[in-house]
Amino acid sequence: MKSELNSDKKEKKKEAVKKVIASMTVGKDVSALFPDVVNCMQTDNLELKKLVYLYLMNYAKSQPDMAIMAVNTFVKDCEDPNPLIRALAVRTMGCIRVDKITEYLCEPLRKCLKDEDPYVRKTAAICVAKLHDINASMVEDQGFLDQLKELLSDSNPMVVANAVASLTEINEASSSGQPLMELNAATMNKLLTALNECTEWGQVFILDALSQYSPKDEREAQSICERITPRLAHANAAVVLSAVKCLMKFMELMLADSEFVKNLTKKLAPPLVTLLSSEPEVQYVALRNINLIVQKRPELLKHEMKVFFVKYNDPIYVKLEKLDIMIRLASEGNIVQVLSELKEYATEVDVDFVRKAVRAIGRCAIKVETSAERCVSTLLDLIQTKVNYVVQEAIVVIKDIFRKYPNKYESIISTLCENLDTLDEPEARASMIWIIGEYAERIDNADELLESFLEGFHDENTQVQLQLLTAIVKLFLKRPTDTQELVQQVLSLATQDSDNPDLRDRGFIYWRLLSTDPGAAKEVVLAEKPLIAEETDLIEPTLLDELICHIASLASVYHKPPSAFVEGRTGLRRALPKSSGGNEGESGGEQPPQQQQQQQQQQPTVIPNQDSLIPDLLNMDINPAPVAPAAQPAFTGGTLDLLGGGLDSLLGGGGGEIAPAAAPAAANNTTSAGLLGDIFGMASGGAAVYTPPKQVWLPANRGKGMEIHGTFARRGGVITMEMTLHNKAMQPISQFAIQLNKNSFGICPASPMHVPAPVAPNQSVDVSLTLATTGPVQRMDPLPNLQVAIKNSVDVFYFATVMPMHIFFTEDGAMEKRVFLATWKDIPSQNEVQFSIENINMNVDMTSRPPEASNLDANLHLDGISNKLQTSNIFTIAKRNVEGQDMLYQSIKLTNGIWVLTELKVQPGNTTIVLSLKSRATDVAQGIFEAFDGILHC
Amino acid sequence: MIHSLFIINSSGDVFMEKHWKSVIPRSICDYFFDAQRKASGNEDIPPVITTPHHYLISVLRNNLFFVAVCMTEVPPLFVIEFLHRVVDTFEDYFGECTESIIKEHYVVVYELLDEMLDNGFPLATESNILKELIKPPNILRTIANTVTGKSNVSATLPTGQLSNVPWRRSGVRYTNNEAYFDVTEEVDAIIDKSGATVAAEIQGYIDCCVKLTGMPDLTLTFINPRLFDDVSFHPCVRLKRWESERVLSFIPPDGNCRLLSYHIGSQSVVAIPIYIRHNISFRDVGGGRLDITVGPKQTMGRVVEGVVLEVPMPKCVLNCNLTVTQGKYTFEPVTKVLRWDLGRIEPTKLPNIRGNISVQSGPPVTESNPTINVQFTITQLALSGLKVNRLDIYGEKYKPFKGVKYITKAGRFQIRT
Repeated sequence: MKSELNSDKKEKKKEAVKKVIASMTVGKDVSALFPDVVNCMQTDNLELKKLVYLYLMNYAKSQPDMAIMAVNTFVKDCEDPNPLIRALAVRTMGCIRVDKITEYLCEPLRKCLKDEDPYVRKTAAICVAKLHDINASMVEDQGFLDQLKELLSDSNPMVVANAVASLTEINEASSSGQPLMELNAATMNKLLTALNECTEWGQVFILDALSQYSPKDEREAQSICERITPRLAHANAAVVLSAVKCLMKFMELMLADSEFVKNLTKKLAPPLVTLLSSEPEVQYVALRNINLIVQKRPELLKHEMKVFFVKYNDPIYVKLEKLDIMIRLASEGNIVQVLSELKEYATEVDVDFVRKAVRAIGRCAIKVETSAERCVSTLLDLIQTKVNYVVQEAIVVIKDIFRKYPNKYESIISTLCENLDTLDEPEARASMIWIIGEYAERIDNADELLESFLEGFHDENTQVQLQLLTAIVKLFLKRPTDTQELVQQVLSLATQDSDNPDLRDRGFIYWRLLSTDPGAAKEVVLAEKPLIAEETDLIEPTLLDELICHIASLASVYHKPPSAFVEGRTGLRRALPKSSGGNEGESGGEQPPQQQQQQQQQQPTVIPNQDSLIPDLLNMDINPAPVAPAAQPAFTGGTLDLLGGGLDSLLGGGGGEIAPAAAPAAANNTTSAGLLGDIFGMASGGAAVYTPPKQVWLPANRGKGMEIHGTFARRGGVITMEMTLHNKAMQPISQFAIQLNKNSFGICPASPMHVPAPVAPNQSVDVSLTLATTGPVQRMDPLPNLQVAIKNSVDVFYFATVMPMHIFFTEDGAMEKRVFLATWKDIPSQNEVQFSIENINMNVDMTSRPPEASNLDANLHLDGISNKLQTSNIFTIAKRNVEGQDMLYQSIKLTNGIWVLTELKVQPGNTTIVLSLKSRATDVAQGIFEAFDGILHC
Repeated sequence: MIHSLFIINSSGDVFMEKHWKSVIPRSICDYFFDAQRKASGNEDIPPVITTPHHYLISVLRNNLFFVAVCMTEVPPLFVIEFLHRVVDTFEDYFGECTESIIKEHYVVVYELLDEMLDNGFPLATESNILKELIKPPNILRTIANTVTGKSNVSATLPTGQLSNVPWRRSGVRYTNNEAYFDVTEEVDAIIDKSGATVAAEIQGYIDCCVKLTGMPDLTLTFINPRLFDDVSFHPCVRLKRWESERVLSFIPPDGNCRLLSYHIGSQSVVAIPIYIRHNISFRDVGGGRLDITVGPKQTMGRVVEGVVLEVPMPKCVLNCNLTVTQGKYTFEPVTKVLRWDLGRIEPTKLPNIRGNISVQSGPPVTESNPTINVQFTITQLALSGLKVNRLDIYGEKYKPFKGVKYITKAGRFQIRT
C-alpha cells in the first residue's frame, strides 16, 4: 500500500487511496498510513483531494502532529479560484477536530464567510458551528457569531438557512440556553422570504427558528401564519410537521372562535392525515404528535377517526399509538364504529396490543356514557372467549366501569365469578376481589368466594392482600351475622402473621374501628367513593402547552420536555404565547377539574411513588428483625395511644381521606409513613442555620441504651450526616452499621459508617457519614423524611428523621437573569406558594435612624440576607424596590434537578418577610420554606 | 444534527459506518440490538430509541437498517426523511440498494454520504445535483476513466446548487423533447367480514419523466382538481398558482421526479373495485375448510389484473390442500402464509379456491380468522376519477411529445374474515 501511495502515477495513487478509504469504511484501522496519504493531498485532481480529505477527517484526531502538515494546504485551498475547492477546504477544515489546528483556521474562515460565492458562504456558516463544537470560547472571541448573525440577512436563501441551522446548533450546545438569534419583525421578514426559496432541509431549520418568535399582536401572528400555511403542502414530512408546530403555536394568540382560526384548523387536518400514509417510521412520529395535537385541539381531527383504524400488518408501535388516538377521538357519534373495531383488535395475535384494546373498550365506556352498556356487553363477549389474558384484562376494566357507574351493571357479576379460578395476575385478582367486596350483599356466596382466596393469603401479592382485607371487612359490615369468623381470620392474618406494615396498619385500623365503633366503621369503609375521572392519562395542561411548542422534536415523541432528557439542557423552557383575547379565561375555566387530577397523576413522574416503603426498610440485610418494635401487637400503653392518635387524626381528616384507602385504585399506603413518624415521636426537623443543631434522633430508652443525636450539613458540595452516639448502657457497644431507606432525594451513604472502636459505657463518639444522592429514589411524605436503620452489637434500631432541605441546594443553582424571568413566567401561578417568615432579627439600628439613612441600611441589610442565603446555595438573581418594599429574587437548584424560584418581600421596619415560591414540583415548597426559616433565623 | 450513520443487515452485522463529527464507537448499536431482541419482528423495532447519551433513529428498507445517531434534540422526522432519501439516492445510483451493492460501491457510497451531509446538516440531496458532483457508476465510464485518467468526480460547481431552481441543471439539450406523466392511485382499504367497507382511502401520486430542452415552464391542469383532500408537491410547483387557480405550474426537474402526491378519502366515497366471498373455518371435524371467490365490483369497465391474495394462517395450520379454478397457490409452512396468484379476473368466470386445511390436533383454535391481503392493478383507470386536462409549455418554442398514463393498484387492501 505504502509504495502505491507514494507512486508517481496519479492513477495508482488514486486507486491506493480508494482502497484505504474502503478499508476505513468497514471499520479497519488504517491510521498507520497517515503521512503517506497526507502526502497525496497536494494535487490538482479534485477526486483525489476529496478522498484524502475524507481520510483526514477520520484520522486527524488520532495523529494531531501529523495533521498540522495539512494546514498549509487548507489555507492555500481557501484562496483557490475554484469556489468548489474553497468550499471543500473550509468544510474539511472544520471537521478536523484538533485544537492546535483550529487556531490556524480562523483567518481563512473569516474570509470565506465573506466570500463572493454563496456556495462558499453557506459552507462557511456551517463551519462556524463545527468550530464552536471544538472550541466555543474561541468562536465567541473571534466574533464569528456576529458574522453568522449578519448572514441571516444574506441575499441567498440557502446561506440564510444554513446560518439559522448553525446558530440553532450553537444555541443548543451552549449551556446558558440563551437565544442567540434575536428575532424581531425585520429578521422574521427575511426568514419568511428565505423560507419560500430554500431547500426542504433549510425550511425545517427556518420553521423551527420561526416557532420561537413571539408575535406582538394577533395581526402579526395571522400574517405569519398565512405565509407559513403553504408549507403544509410540502412533500417532505419534516417540513409539514414543523409548519404544523408554528401554526399550532401562533394560533394560541388568536381568538378561538375567529374565522381565521377556523379556517386554519380546517387546513391543518388533511396534511396530518396524509402523514399517516407514509412509511411506518414517519407514521409513528406523526402519531405521537397527533396525540398531543388532539389533546390541545380535539376538534381538529374529530372527523378523521377512520384513518386511525389499525391494519393488521402495521408495526406494533404504530398500532399502539393509533389505539391511543382512537380513544381520544371517541365520541357519541362514532362510538359504535370504534367499538366494533376494538372488538376486532381484541381477537388479534399480539398480546400487548390485545390487552390495550380491551383496556380501550373500558376507557370508552367511561368516556362516552351512552356507550357504557354496549361496552359492557362487548367485554362480556370477550370474557366468553376464555382467552386467559383477555379475561383478566376485561375484569380489570370492568372494575373501573363499576366505579364510574355504580349499581348499574351488577347483573354481570355472576359471569365474572365463573372466571375466578383462571385469574392469576395480581391486578385482575385484586379487581375481582374488589368487585366481590363492593357487591357482597348481592352475591350469595361472597363469603365462600373470599374464603377461597384466604387460603393462600401469604402467597398473594400485597395488592391482592390489601384488597382482600378490605373486601372482607366490607362483607362483614354488610352481613355481620355469618362472617364474623372470616373477618377475625383475615384480621389476624394481616396483623399477626404478616411482615408487611402497610397491611398490618390497615389491619389494625380496621380492627380498632370495628371494635370501638362499628357505626363509624361503616361510615368510613362503605363511604361513597369519589367518581373516577372521564378521561385518564391526559397530559397535564402546562406540560401539554410546553410540548405543543416542541411539536416535531424528540420531546414530542417522548412526551417529556427537553429539559427532562436532553443532557446539559438548562431551565429555559418554551411556553405557548398567551392570547390577548378572551379564550384565556375560557380555557382556564374548562380545565381545572381535569387539571387537579392530572397534577396528582403528574407527581409520581417526578419522584416514584411510595410503594411498599416499609418492607424495604425491614428487609434490609442488616439483621432479620422479625417485626418492628412499635408495631408489635403487645403494645405498651404509650404506644397504643400513639397509634390511637394517628388514627384519630386520620378520622379527623374526614371520611374522604379513608375512602380512597378502601377503594381499589387508591394508593395502598395513604399515610403509613406519616403514621410511622408519629409513632416514633419524631419532631419535624426544625432546620436552623447552615448546620442545624443536633437533635435527638433515637432516645436511649428506645435504643436499648444507645442515644443518637444528629444533624445534616452541606459543606463544599458534600452532604454529611453528623451523629453523636452516646452509650448509656452498661456494656460497650460495637459493630455499628447504618442503612438508609429509599427516600425522595436518593440519599444514600457514600461509604460505610466507620466507628473506630467500641463505645464504652457512658462515652460518646462523633461520627460523620458522607452521603451521596445517587441512591434509589422513592417519594416520601413529608418529602425530606428519611428512615434510618442502625445496627449495633445489641440490636437493630429504626427511626425516622426529617432532613433540612438546604442540604440539597446545589452550588450551581444560580440561574441566568433572563432564564429566571422566562421560567418564572412559565410556571403557572397555581404552582406558587406563599409563606411568611416571622420575627426576622432586623438590624436594630435601622428603625431608630433618620429615614434618609434607612435606604442605605436597607440595602446593607438586604445584602446581609442575600449573603446569608448564598452560603446555603440560595442565589440572589435580582433585586427590586417596589413601593418601599424590597424584593429579592432567588433561584435554587435541588440535587435531583428540580428548580425552585423564590421571591422575598422585605419591608423596612417589619420583622416579617414574605416568601413566594414557584416550582414545577410544588411538593418541595414546605421543606424549602423551613430551610429559609432556619437560615434566616440564625 | 445527525452524528453518525450505521447500516446493519438482517443478521445484525454493522457493515458500513459513517461519522460526520467525532467517531462514535460501533458498540452504540448494542442498544439497537437490544430493542431488536425485544421486538417480535424486524419491522416492530421502534424507530426512535433512547440511550443514555444518544438517540438512535432508524428506518428499515429492503431488510437493511439505517441507524442514525444523534446527540442533541433534533426533529426526528427530519432524520427519518433524510434516511429515506439516502436509500432513494442509493437506489437511484445503483439500481437497487442491497448489502452487496453497497459493499461493491463503498467509495461512491462514502463520497455520496459525505456530499449529502456536512457536519450533520444536509448539503446536497437533490439527485440532479449529486449526479453532477459524483457521476453514477457505469461500466463504460469506468473503462473510459481508466483509459483517459478522468475521474467521476466533477471539478465544477453544480449549476443548480445555488440557483432559484436547484432541481434543474441549466443547458439541458434533447433531440427528442418529451414529457410523460404517470398517475398512480393506491387504494388502502379495510373491508369487514360482511363485505362492508370499514375504511377506504386513495393515496395517489403523479410521477413525471420530463426530457425537455432548455428551461421550459409547464402548466398542468386537471378536469376535476377539487377532488383532492390533501396534496403535497415537489418543491418546483408554484404553490400560489395552485392555491388560486388549482393548476400545477412548474419548471420541471430534468428526468424523473414525483411531482405531486395526494390523498382522497376522508370526504369523498372511495369505490372498491373488487369483492371477495370467503368462508374460512378451522374448527370443523377433520380439519378446517377454506372457500374463497373473487369478483370485480365498480371497475368502470376495466379489467382487474395481477390479483394476488395472501392469507396469513394461524400458527396451528399445518398444511392446505386446495384446488383453484385459475392461477396457482403456494403455502409456506414456515411463515404460514397462503398465497394465491390468480392473474386477471374474467367477469364471466369468477376465480375460486377451495379445499381443506389440516390443523394441528390439540386444544381448539383460539386465534381469530386471518385477514386477507389483496393486491391488484387496473390499468387505464384512476379510481378517484381524476383526469388530466391539458399540458401547456411556455418559455420554449418546440412541441414536445406528451403523454399521461393512469393506473390503479391495491395499497394496503385488507379483508377481515
